[in-house]
Amino acid sequence: MTVIELHGVGLTYPGPPPVPALQPCELTVRRGEYVTITGPSGSGKSTLLNLLGLLDRPTEGRYLLDGVDTAPLPERERTALRAYRIGFVFQSFHLLPHRSATENVTLSQLYRGTGARTRRREAQAALERVGLGHRKDALPSRLSGGERQRVAIARALAGEPSLLLCDEPTGNLDSATADTVLELIDTLHRDGMTVLMITHDTGIASRAGRVVSIKDGVLTG
Amino acid sequence: MTADRSRIRVADLLAEALAGILQRPGRTVLTLLGTVLGVGAFVAVLGLTASATGQISQRFTELAATEVTVEEIPAADSSTGPAFPADADQRIEQLNGVRNAGVYWTVDANKAGPVTGVPLPGAPTGAQSVLAASPGLLRAIRPTVREGRLFDEGHERSGDHVVVLGGAVAARLGVTQLAHRPAVFIDGTAFTVVGIIADVQRRPESLLDVIVPSHTASVLWGTPKQPPKMLIETRLGAARVIGSQAALALRAEAPERFRVQTPPDPRALRDGVGTDLAALFLALAGVCLAIGAVGIANTTLVAVMERSPEIGLRRALGARPRHIAAQFLSESALLGTVGGLLGAGLGTAVVVLAAISREWTPVMAPWTVAGAPLAGLTAGLLAGLYPALRAARVEPVEALRR
Ligand SMILES: Nc1ncnc2c1ncn2[C@@H]1O[C@H](COP(=O)(O)OP(=O)(O)O)[C@@H](O)[C@H]1O
Ligand SMILES: [Mg+2]
Repeated sequence: MTVIELHGVGLTYPGPPPVPALQPCELTVRRGEYVTITGPSGSGKSTLLNLLGLLDRPTEGRYLLDGVDTAPLPERERTALRAYRIGFVFQSFHLLPHRSATENVTLSQLYRGTGARTRRREAQAALERVGLGHRKDALPSRLSGGERQRVAIARALAGEPSLLLCDEPTGNLDSATADTVLELIDTLHRDGMTVLMITHDTGIASRAGRVVSIKDGVLTG
Repeated sequence: MTADRSRIRVADLLAEALAGILQRPGRTVLTLLGTVLGVGAFVAVLGLTASATGQISQRFTELAATEVTVEEIPAADSSTGPAFPADADQRIEQLNGVRNAGVYWTVDANKAGPVTGVPLPGAPTGAQSVLAASPGLLRAIRPTVREGRLFDEGHERSGDHVVVLGGAVAARLGVTQLAHRPAVFIDGTAFTVVGIIADVQRRPESLLDVIVPSHTASVLWGTPKQPPKMLIETRLGAARVIGSQAALALRAEAPERFRVQTPPDPRALRDGVGTDLAALFLALAGVCLAIGAVGIANTTLVAVMERSPEIGLRRALGARPRHIAAQFLSESALLGTVGGLLGAGLGTAVVVLAAISREWTPVMAPWTVAGAPLAGLTAGLLAGLYPALRAARVEPVEALRR
């Protein structure tokens, strides 16, 4: 069962001048795989991740998510796929600063219309899972960088997505803290989560079962 | 699986909006100020107008509404003679809707001379005014007779030397009871006291007068220098009709010799209060509310700019553009409604305090108070339209790049 299937997917940012950020590429990610995409800055990693996360549309090719061709889908249904199938983890965490850890985690199910109590219960379970059961009510400003990223991972988990997309999740963390976050991602993978992680650090990339590299918009591996 | 749709519960949407405006309490309070003042001004102006109008209608009693006065306009040459005909009372009382009517004037002090009663030792001999009044006038001022009776048409016709006294005047002149038919002397002429009145409902100064039948007065002292007046008591609702007929009924060939005063139309009175100043204040309140709305629009727009990463995140988590728009619209609507509620409170407090300080009854139409949060809500919704549209157009990819 494949989660991601790319067939000749490419993206050229309309100029002027037009930027071919991603050359047409092929990629298949099966359920339960852990794939890292590595490449230097400006190579097109985020561009690829935005396409995979349905935040952007490719200018060519076909992208199948869980076997569904996403190209002909209207924006409304692509948005729904984001709500139900995809979990995002960003380099800069993107936590709401004035909301507690629990409230931040509940956001991932807000746009599914899930009731507040259920969201809260599942958010707290997700926080336990990332080892932050004791910081449920803390504001992000009271959390360390590693803890913040773990809250962000809990948010991605709480929705039980079929795909976890991480864009340089340790980019803003020191190496010791980065290790705890990476270990958490390893654990999630062992528990069956499909993970696609972007990093420019080849050392981190080697933790994954499969490494794909990208350079000047060309995907190899 | 295609049944999976992006959606948000209304309760959750409102909770998110509330959290949004509470995250910057200081800014929220400042933003509210304009709406609070605007709505407060609206409520205060409407409440004060209603209270003032209520006050006027309270004062505007049945008594005032049934009173018509007729004055003689002084003639240019003295050869024309008195304007009021001798049978003025009968002419007016014939009109349909008149209860009582009577002519009266103050007798010239130099003609009537000093008024004395049974002298008391050391009693002051101050000037005493003498009022010439027809029997109709005595009835029209609605006296309460303490003792004796009022003089009537019989006394009037035969020019009897009789007087009616107010209680205080009677005491001053040494008249205590009427059993022995006491007399008072005007310029040496004896007048029998037929009645003492305790109180009157109209023309209260009559209580300080010695009241003589008008015919008797004109026989004794001639036509007065002060032109006579007439007081007409009408049935309720007839005052304005009588007012329009009185001058013609008195003197069909020269109605222009009279000035007739009727009570103001209570409705016109109310509208009068409702217009001028109130309209100005309402316009100012409108300006205030508009400024309040602009304040909300400004704050919400700034929030949209500042929170564009948040918008990007929400879009990534499955929010549709309309969910984003709804959230910011809810935030501005919430601001407007809270401003409206506080404004209603402030306006009501102003009305109550103003009413208390002027000893009025505070009057407020229910819709004034109920409408205030609604006005705030409307202002908030209008103010939020543009920021909400801007928020809905935020591109998630761009917003998340930051
Ligand atoms: N919106 C855009 N418009 C035009 N060019 C863009 C846009 N976003 C990214 N690019 C360009 O596309 C290339 C790939 O960018 P990106 O995917 O962000 O690289 P990475 O994440 O690997 O650092 C870069 O050259 C970048 O300048
Ligand atoms: Mg990048």
